[in-house]
Amino acid sequence: MSTETFAPDRPYRLSPSVALRPEPFGALVYDFTTRKLSFLKTRLLVDVVHALDDAPDAHAALRSAEVPDDDHDRYLDALAGLASAGTIEVRGD
Amino acid sequence: MKLVEHFQHGLDAPICLTWELTYACNLSCVHCLSSSGRRDPRELSTEECKAVVDELQRLQVFYVNIGGGEPTVRSDFWEIVEYAVDHQVGVKFSTNGVRITPERARWLAESDYVDVQLSLDGATPEVNDPVRGDGSFDTTMTAMRNLRDAGFTGFKISVVMTRHNIGQLDEFKRIADEFDAQLRITRLRPSGRGADTWDELHPLPEQQLELYDWLVAHGEDVLTGDSFFHLNALGSTPLPGLNLCGAGRVVCLIDPVGDVYACPFAIHEEFRGGNVRDEGGFTGVWRGSDLFSRLREPQTGGACSSCSAFDSCQGGCMAAKFFTGLPLDGPDPECVKGNGERALELVGAGAPKPTPDKDHSRTGKKKQTGVPVAIGWGPPEPERLPDRACDTSPLAGMPAPREVR
Amino acid sequence: MSENHTVTTAEADIEEDLLVEEVSIDGMCGVY
Repeated sequence: MSTETFAPDRPYRLSPSVALRPEPFGALVYDFTTRKLSFLKTRLLVDVVHALDDAPDAHAALRSAEVPDDDHDRYLDALAGLASAGTIEVRGD
Repeated sequence: MKLVEHFQHGLDAPICLTWELTYACNLSCVHCLSSSGRRDPRELSTEECKAVVDELQRLQVFYVNIGGGEPTVRSDFWEIVEYAVDHQVGVKFSTNGVRITPERARWLAESDYVDVQLSLDGATPEVNDPVRGDGSFDTTMTAMRNLRDAGFTGFKISVVMTRHNIGQLDEFKRIADEFDAQLRITRLRPSGRGADTWDELHPLPEQQLELYDWLVAHGEDVLTGDSFFHLNALGSTPLPGLNLCGAGRVVCLIDPVGDVYACPFAIHEEFRGGNVRDEGGFTGVWRGSDLFSRLREPQTGGACSSCSAFDSCQGGCMAAKFFTGLPLDGPDPECVKGNGERALELVGAGAPKPTPDKDHSRTGKKKQTGVPVAIGWGPPEPERLPDRACDTSPLAGMPAPREVR
Repeated sequence: MSENHTVTTAEADIEEDLLVEEVSIDGMCGVY
């Protein structure tokens, strides 16, 4: 569980204690530490989460996954939620 | 589409599943859902268990809840737990605490991704032991102290709600808090030996409201395994959880001999989808069995569809209906609107109600009065013939445990 | 969305627009 607030200009990654399972509607994400199950409800969001690993910051991950401009705020909100739940975390590199 | 609808159509793999490793048990609880007692000589070998784990890893099943019987009496239990965790399959196991020594508690405290669930059905020996057996309260409390002393926090204390312990809910919560553990309460089903004791143990109608109010007041502090969704019709506040029957859709049971059932409370040929030893393995059963496909089709509310509460209770529990002889598309026997009691009065007038058909009880007290059903696995192969000693000891035929208390 | 959020039938309609839903499955699959 992260105490830091989400900062879209920083690099992120899927937390090591989290497993992501693709599903037709998006993905199931399970955190082995908190034992919470999250549902990523669009495939686009799954692409964004995958893109985080190679992106210099969250904004870049959205562009790389080709999230339409109008949807950027919505997807950043979703990432903020995932960060506060500990599903994604700041990548220290 | 709403998520719950995705779940109703079933997933390509379960989210989690119950895996019973042995029918052997040192106890013989009067409500045991799997009628456990004696080991079955056909139980999966260590290598077969590891092959199941490999399959669950490929399917990305997030965790298994290992139970039994008493799973820790298998001499290869800890080896299987380690193998699962090393293969990204999380483990929670349910135990009466008999093998949770101080040494084992320290090992558990150091293991990531292993959680422990201890069974306790009374907050006092006077309430617990008549259900779980003489001395069982003390065994479980000792195990809990060992876990606490080893620094293991957040383990689960699992309570089956009966008419005798609903009045102890606050006391259970106090015990859980005292051990820095989490309380988990679950619904009694008329499954296994519970078929014989359900009538005298299940909560009384007025206690259901007491339970619902208590659960609403405690919210997510108390786990329920989503087992009380039939109580949602009692109020406007839905209980936390998915509030759907996950049988064959998002969960299932693998039993000690590898049979795959839609639900751990439905150990009966009717609800057996196949066996992990079949060609295609567990994956083949989950994705290909006719039974599981049927469970993922839209279910009709039947007699319940005109009820104002149907949306919140979904007709209740399939296993509870089946083992009380009620139609699966009618009310739950504990329907909070009283429709279950009315329906139960009609049972017996027609066809006999089904009885649990897989009995590993040590005393063999069950009488075969139920509807005849086919036995799924045929005659045992010669080398798997039951060894006679099974009748006297749950550990018969097994190597001596490595660990001495 | 709050980290302790749990999906309930009543809330599901509002949730349809959300990209993430979260539920605790800690109690699931353990029997007695």
